Amino acid sequence: MNRLEHQGQMAAPDIGAIPGLLNNAGIATTEVTDIKGSALAVAIEARFWGEAAAVTAANHIRWCAVWGEHRPPQIDITAVLAGKNGHLLIRTTVPDAQGELPSQTPAYPAANRPERYVQEMFGIHFTSHPDGRRWMRHQAWAAEQYPLRKDFPLAGTPQEKTPPDCEYPFIPAEGEGVYEIPVGPVHAGIIEPGHFRFQAVGEDILSLEAHLGYVHKGIEKCAEGRDLPGLIRLAARVSGDSTVAHSWAACQACESAVGVTVPRRALSIRAILAERERIANHLGDIGACCNDVGFAFAQIQFSRLRELWQRQNAAVFGHRLLMDVVVPGGVSHDIGSEQINLMQQSARQLRHELQDLLPLLYEYPSLQDRLRTTGMLSLDTVRNIGALGYVARASGECWDLRRDAPYAPYDEVVVTVPSYSGGASSSRLRVRGDEILVSLELLDQFLTNLPAGEIWQAFPILEKACSGVAFIEGWRGEIIAYVHLEANGIVSRYFPRDPSWLNWPALEALIGGVIVPDFPLCNKSINGSYSGHDL
Amino acid sequence: MTGWLLAMVQTLCVVLFAPFMAGWVKWLKCKLQNRQGPAPWQPYRDLLKLSRKEVLLAVTASPVFRAAPYVVFSVTVVAVSVVPIVSVQLPTAALADVIVLVGFLALARFFLSLAGMDIGTAFGGMGSSREVTISSLAEPALLMAFFTLSMNASSTNLSTVISHLVQSDFILYPSLIFSSMGLILVAIAETGRIPIDNPATHLELTMIHEAMILEYSGRHLALMEWAAMLKLTLYSVLIANLVIPWGVAMTLAPGDILVGIVAVACKLLVLGALLAISETVQAKMRLFRAPQFLGLAFILSLLGMMSHIILEVG
Repeated sequence: MNRLEHQGQMAAPDIGAIPGLLNNAGIATTEVTDIKGSALAVAIEARFWGEAAAVTAANHIRWCAVWGEHRPPQIDITAVLAGKNGHLLIRTTVPDAQGELPSQTPAYPAANRPERYVQEMFGIHFTSHPDGRRWMRHQAWAAEQYPLRKDFPLAGTPQEKTPPDCEYPFIPAEGEGVYEIPVGPVHAGIIEPGHFRFQAVGEDILSLEAHLGYVHKGIEKCAEGRDLPGLIRLAARVSGDSTVAHSWAACQACESAVGVTVPRRALSIRAILAERERIANHLGDIGACCNDVGFAFAQIQFSRLRELWQRQNAAVFGHRLLMDVVVPGGVSHDIGSEQINLMQQSARQLRHELQDLLPLLYEYPSLQDRLRTTGMLSLDTVRNIGALGYVARASGECWDLRRDAPYAPYDEVVVTVPSYSGGASSSRLRVRGDEILVSLELLDQFLTNLPAGEIWQAFPILEKACSGVAFIEGWRGEIIAYVHLEANGIVSRYFPRDPSWLNWPALEALIGGVIVPDFPLCNKSINGSYSGHDL
Repeated sequence: MTGWLLAMVQTLCVVLFAPFMAGWVKWLKCKLQNRQGPAPWQPYRDLLKLSRKEVLLAVTASPVFRAAPYVVFSVTVVAVSVVPIVSVQLPTAALADVIVLVGFLALARFFLSLAGMDIGTAFGGMGSSREVTISSLAEPALLMAFFTLSMNASSTNLSTVISHLVQSDFILYPSLIFSSMGLILVAIAETGRIPIDNPATHLELTMIHEAMILEYSGRHLALMEWAAMLKLTLYSVLIANLVIPWGVAMTLAPGDILVGIVAVACKLLVLGALLAISETVQAKMRLFRAPQFLGLAFILSLLGMMSHIILEVG
């Protein structure tokens, strides 16, 4: 067990080389200095937006995110690209009246839904976008309203009763014996809402299309006008299972923007929280995958381990899911030597139990018969859609911010990144299992070498507007947060990019050749967050 | 007259015992998984609760949908009544023909599948399609197992088969062993247990039996659930009395009947425990492995018949 394979990185260039690549292709770049954080930023002309994507895609540069920011009378559009050792922001500006921008989707399929989202939220038309359908907007607001523009009221335009959204144009499949299976948005289990439309022949799935957006809460709009602690409380609720990672990302974006140096002790505690969150979620997922193939024994065992782990979260940090422990400038809970001992003890106990359980699962015939070769995701597909986290690592794409673009305190430790080739559900389960063991190791190092000192650094009074961006490896993968603060310290723009944006399409990509009853397992092995995606 | 009365009382008892059987398996499974688990009599509470609840019908429901729970439940009850449970001497013995029994079960399944498709939802249709796929493979294996047992006793009458088994000397006939194994595999598939179907799942896309009854509510759902529990008990009784027939009363003497009751109850509880263990140590199979599973059942039954013809005749 615990076979950790290291595979070569994709042949992406160094991040600093990308502006040069663009210049060589005749795209002029100017450096942008007002976005603080661990990323380069350049501005390009709007007409080169699509072309720039084509250049970077040809150089194996990964596409991560796109967001807009309304500064009347214009809208700034920022896209994030990742090279082998960090991120590059490219920014452009379009007028808010009839703004148009060449789409990046032809070069990067990953940009498909994010661009449609930007189109709906800001009213910018992406020319040459291959898919003209709406994405996040159901019927809660009209097509000609753009919620993230400054003139859209913060309270929205709620109707007495939101009309049902029945007319989403799914891509139909035709042929003899083809039938449609609509699943959701309300499911029989207690999970989040999302609609899946299958086209199937008998038990074989021809295609799957997801329709999400049922838990669109308007997080970005809610953030406008909040103060910093209010923003971080909101960020903690982008996706409940990634509360630490999202609040850390939002905090780090603010801290970079303002220039606050967080005490080392606070950073280590944040890492402890993040690793605890990763372990809890991976435990839950392994159990849930087993449950989806009717292997209740493993599910119960892993639920038990997760429950014990979360009870300790509550005992040490006051919250089972560790919500609101990460605060701007540091953390809200300090830990004493007694609590360190407790956590080390439970980590040893967990490792001990997993040393029995994981090898059992990895080799259990009736379980592995279901997991192996189910839901295969090829490395090419992963690169094409830019999938993240364990989904990518199970297919051999071994990207982990903690190792490849480390932020404090991960710059002081060695992070092993487990990765497998093949991309079957069994590999995704194994990556999770291995990652728990790696996290236990990291947890032990952070607990043992916890620096002394403060756990919180106050924010200075702001003098001018500022913005920052942060990249944090959440348990699902890379989380990006962008924050823009006004001079009075009020948030005017917050954008969280959950890895689910890029992992949901992985589910659709792997489903060809899967039979209908294996879908729940595939879904669970990807486990995208509905809430993190729907925002 | 006493005989008929006894037969009716026996059927009633089994119908009332069936929820306990299902609850017993569930309770044991929970214990095996280190869980608290609901008490074995929880299914009674569930049935009572469901029977009090409002029945919601889809607008597309036809009379078939409404009639199906009653048909499925009553046919299953009739099937239970023809099986010798505590005694082989009941007047229903004359009806206790294996082909009739298989016919009753097929009739119940026919209405269940119709009901699954009636509303027109994708899940119901999928469930029905899977159910008939599986039973089309299970039924021949079941008949083959029964025929092997019948050939031993030269009769397709269950009472005669059981009396023959009890009264003949105890010899381990290969044919009986093979056909018993086939019968057990078929029973697992037909009662919708792991590894073929998962009775505890909430995942619509993986369901077989549950998918067909997904649209039912209130007393309709109660009857469908109860019929499924009865089917589990019925197959358990068949295995108990055909594979380990000792204890079944040969007469209607009170002493023998008492022994018969105790014997069958013990056998059912033990079988329930074995089912709970087997469900705990296995994951559910891939749907497309089910034909292999049932193919194995058929081969075993066929081997039983062959070994009977080759080794035991004459």
